[in-house]
Amino acid sequence: MSTAATTTAAPRSPQRSRISGIIDLLRGVPILGPVAALLLACVFFATQTDRFLSGSNFSLILQQVMVVGTLAIGQTLVILTGGIDLSNGMIMALSSVLMTGLAANSGMNPFLAILVGLAVCVAFGVLNGWLTTAIGLPSFIVTLGTFNIAYALVRIYTTATITSVPDPMLFFGETFGIGSTQISYGSILMLALFVVAGFVLSSTRAGRAVYAVGDNPEAARLAGIRTNRVLLGVYAVAALSYGIAGLLLVARTGVGDPQAGQTGNLDSITAVVLGGTSLLGGRGQIVGTLVGALIVGVFRNGLQLMGVGSIYQVLITGILVILAVSVDYLSHRGGK
Amino acid sequence: MFRKLALLVAALALPSSGQVSAADPTVVGLITKTETNPFFVKMKEGAAEESKKLGAKLLTGAGARDGDNEGQVTAMENMINAGAKGILITPSDTKAIVPSIKRARQQGVLVIALDTATEPQSAVDALFATNNFNAGLLIGQWSKGATAGKKPVIATLDLQPGITVGAQRHNGFLQGLGLVKSDPNTSALASAPEVVCSQDTHGDQTEGQAAMENCLSKNPDINLVYTINEPAAFGAYTAIRAAGKQKQITIVSVDGGCRGVQGVKDGKIAATSQQYPLKMASLGVEAVVKYASSKTKPTGYTDTGVTLITDKPQTGVDSQDSKYGLANCWGTK
Repeated sequence: MSTAATTTAAPRSPQRSRISGIIDLLRGVPILGPVAALLLACVFFATQTDRFLSGSNFSLILQQVMVVGTLAIGQTLVILTGGIDLSNGMIMALSSVLMTGLAANSGMNPFLAILVGLAVCVAFGVLNGWLTTAIGLPSFIVTLGTFNIAYALVRIYTTATITSVPDPMLFFGETFGIGSTQISYGSILMLALFVVAGFVLSSTRAGRAVYAVGDNPEAARLAGIRTNRVLLGVYAVAALSYGIAGLLLVARTGVGDPQAGQTGNLDSITAVVLGGTSLLGGRGQIVGTLVGALIVGVFRNGLQLMGVGSIYQVLITGILVILAVSVDYLSHRGGK
Repeated sequence: MFRKLALLVAALALPSSGQVSAADPTVVGLITKTETNPFFVKMKEGAAEESKKLGAKLLTGAGARDGDNEGQVTAMENMINAGAKGILITPSDTKAIVPSIKRARQQGVLVIALDTATEPQSAVDALFATNNFNAGLLIGQWSKGATAGKKPVIATLDLQPGITVGAQRHNGFLQGLGLVKSDPNTSALASAPEVVCSQDTHGDQTEGQAAMENCLSKNPDINLVYTINEPAAFGAYTAIRAAGKQKQITIVSVDGGCRGVQGVKDGKIAATSQQYPLKMASLGVEAVVKYASSKTKPTGYTDTGVTLITDKPQTGVDSQDSKYGLANCWGTK
């Protein structure tokens, strides 16, 4: 592959060098691409509809991406280790119906019910991690299996939507005002989680171990990193973020919805990929995932404000994903 | 590369980005369960036509799939931000959407449910829909006449648990047959000894086929099949024909889509209850425009009608033939 790259690169036309210049820039500051895409999208929509550029609209977009954004934090961790998690949306759904069901139908203290929901998520994460490390199964297969298990457990537990959810569970859906703009507590929680995840990944030994395992597990092992323990931890922490996403989902919609989460895996992978994290593992930044989730949210919101049918939102998301992966692949190929 | 993308987006958006000019038109939102089902495509057509006629601006949105509540919530929030005076919605999850509808109404937005009632129905200002229990009742009554003298051995190919529409059609059918009476508003499926096999199909053709195959191996004497909709009916027909039993088994259905009515004409489906999505949508748009100008809200339930389509009419059951059905159907012919 590297020889192919050198031969095609040999006769450098001005066009070619400009592209490789951009690629070099992206390799140096990979977050630049997603941020530029987000800004361009915002500028575009601001020129198209006068309702786009307002504090309340941006707060709405933030609120609309808080569930998938939080779900994507865990997904980013897993993808950074070179794995993928197909089970996250269903684990989220399981936690949200468990929390609401225990509190609304079984009379459990709502805070305790939330803890139970989160604990079940972590248990699922440990199961994912254990199957991946102890047996050495590919994460794709393991999480496909746990996706189905969680899907079935949700329906065994309830097929009916759970209503009359107690107030403490709806807290993160409530808003506070800054000027005329209403911001939901859930949006703030999501942003806080991104800050924490960003700090841990960039500035702690555990965070660096995640990158090392994703980049080259063998080298990481030889460098004294206990790779299995890192993976197990990553899957467990990731699942905790799915549980929190479940709580946010409950707060956002006001119900425990057994039909939720079915496309959460693909939606979260989309956000991660749009944010420039490599599916090959070892490269990427958590803040990119936030930007990726916002890109999807901005397009959905902007196109809706313009009155463009929602099928075009899907079309554009597809194009963006391919663009993002291509940029990643090209910069990666150039780097090796 | 990103500039190209922006251009592409612009190109895609152009046909429908009619910028607001002159007097601001009334903004009407239509949120369907999915983007692709011909029933909702027809609904959108009806809404677009009526909006054009009345000079309103139509925004449309949908869930990513049937059952996608959060997608519908998102669409609703965006439409309210876009200044929608009223929102027409076919709720994907009849209970889960209720808190969000409540928020919308608190902001002064008129919310009308189309096709599917919310739970409770009073969560919306008004409901424009087919009476699904009646739709089931009609095919039940027809089946009673058509299978007179024979003991019915019934398979029901249902929707999925917990969805009211599925139960209403199913229970109406059994009541029309004279087997068991039900509350028309329950979301629980009724049963009777004559029903030997019940399977969920999610209204999907492939699942309908698999369900019918399983039912036939469970009980080869089945002679009457109720299906939740016409795709499920076609799936059932495929399975029945493969078993060589198409002479022995009568299939009845609900919807009245063009493909379905064609199936009636071809003798694959014996009878179907036709509903009218276009009418639901045009009535809805009309109501929102009226609300915007005069603040009068529609209330309660408006039955948009249902007609039994069959080429083998039974005495005592009102019906129309497949020719009438094809002239009034939805979807591509």
